Amino acid sequence: MVAMIYYDKVTRIYPDKSVALENVSFGVEPKEFVTIVGHSGAGKTTLMKMLIAEDRPTTGSVFFESTDISRLSKNDVSKLRRRIGTVFQDYRLIPGKTVYENIAFAMEASGRSDAEIASDVPHVLELVDLVHKIWNFPKELSGGERQRVAIARAIVTQPDIILADEPTGNLDPTSTYEIIRILQKINDLGTTIILTTHNKGVVDTVKGRVLTMEKGRIARDDKDGKYVL
Amino acid sequence: MIFTTFKRITRTGFVNFWRNGFLSFAAIVVITLSLSVFGGLVFGSAFARALLADVKDKVDINAYFTLNAPEEDILALQKDIKAMAEVSRVEYVSSEAVLAQFKEKWRDNALIMQGLDEIEGNPFPAVLNIKAINPGQYGSIASFLEQKNPTASDGTPLIEKVNYQQNKLIIDRLGRIIPAIEQAGFAIAIVLTLVAIIVVFNTIRIIIYTSRDEIFVMKLVGASNIYVRGPLVVSGIMYGIVSGIITLVLMAIFAYWSDTVLLRVAGVQVAADFELVVNILSRYFVQNFGQIFIMIMGVGIILGAVSSYIAVRRYLKV
Repeated sequence: MVAMIYYDKVTRIYPDKSVALENVSFGVEPKEFVTIVGHSGAGKTTLMKMLIAEDRPTTGSVFFESTDISRLSKNDVSKLRRRIGTVFQDYRLIPGKTVYENIAFAMEASGRSDAEIASDVPHVLELVDLVHKIWNFPKELSGGERQRVAIARAIVTQPDIILADEPTGNLDPTSTYEIIRILQKINDLGTTIILTTHNKGVVDTVKGRVLTMEKGRIARDDKDGKYVL
Repeated sequence: MIFTTFKRITRTGFVNFWRNGFLSFAAIVVITLSLSVFGGLVFGSAFARALLADVKDKVDINAYFTLNAPEEDILALQKDIKAMAEVSRVEYVSSEAVLAQFKEKWRDNALIMQGLDEIEGNPFPAVLNIKAINPGQYGSIASFLEQKNPTASDGTPLIEKVNYQQNKLIIDRLGRIIPAIEQAGFAIAIVLTLVAIIVVFNTIRIIIYTSRDEIFVMKLVGASNIYVRGPLVVSGIMYGIVSGIITLVLMAIFAYWSDTVLLRVAGVQVAADFELVVNILSRYFVQNFGQIFIMIMGVGIILGAVSSYIAVRRYLKV
């Protein structure tokens, strides 16, 4: 199968000479659920940032469907981001917007019609079981609820990939389990998922491919992975 | 699509304006203060112009004629002077009129009236009161009179004297001071304008700085720059509109308040004498309302919109 995403000998050295990634190469196939594990500072987040052009490789390239991401124009970067849903540890909801508006904004940004927005937003909130909080502001929600809104926002535009960077890092075990269950459901519906975590329980629940990062390198790549650190 | 984008941007801008109530309030206060500086400059220059016009109007020169100068010769001379490009007005006051004015003025002073009675006949010469368009032009008018040195049919000079030499000093000074005041006013206006623009820009920069995380998230979700920047510019325009309206109301209040204060301080009698000075601001405000409205609102809206547009630029580079 042709890889959907391909990291080709990616190295990232920061201006202070610290090495975040060193000669990393791997591919992700469509509909895969890849979990990336590793200690803090192992380079997991840097890997993620490169996929949405938030950071660029010092050497090497990151390909998304054979497009070199670091060569995209500003306008094309926006278009790329609309095809990738992102979920972060700190949720990154827009504090001044309600749950509905946070999700609607992603749809507006990708140019959906008002009718689509009005029908899809409640639908996606149903999927994460938050219809009753539709007019609340993020500060009125619990951590788990916020993360579910973030996932709803990420999937509402029906992206090809969901990037989830430590989405359960701030959550209690129950919320963590819920989030992973939702991500698996999305994966079952055909969306590629790349998840980073350092939670052993999460890895064991997912039971998919596991990439283990150590000091900027890929230490292991297990098809049916378990948590080894 | 363009219409939809425009509609969404405008709506978001409005919503943000209301939700970020405190920030909007802060922006409006600062923009209102800056616009008030503009309003103050407008009023200041209107006031100074009226005062200067008043002073200019009070400067004149008089040509005093000999007691037996024939009236028709004086009237002919008046015609000649009126034809000069520098002259704005020539007024003939006959010796009878001068006497009448004098009697009216000193009516209650018995001593002076008695003295006047003791002099036989009319001691006052006829006068041509000449006003130049510009204070600097009195010199040439005076020298015109000197060179012409009109004579009556019997060869005696018509003009007894021209009071230019006595007034020369003050006329010359005014001729220099008035342009100096105008230039200084212009310089002050430029400095105050710059200060106002910088203060507004910085305030809006801080407001946008507080929403940098929000801008960052929008960019990560894939919003193009116009979706991020548009609503902020719309909010900036709203700040400008609200501040402009407040400033216009403040200006109206100030104009009428200053009139009543001047009236009270100066007293009704003096106020009547200086009628022009007392009503300057309110009259100016009413007569030029269209221009003032466009200027204040325009400056407010442009300041708000351009500041937002520029201030958000650095956060779009994600």
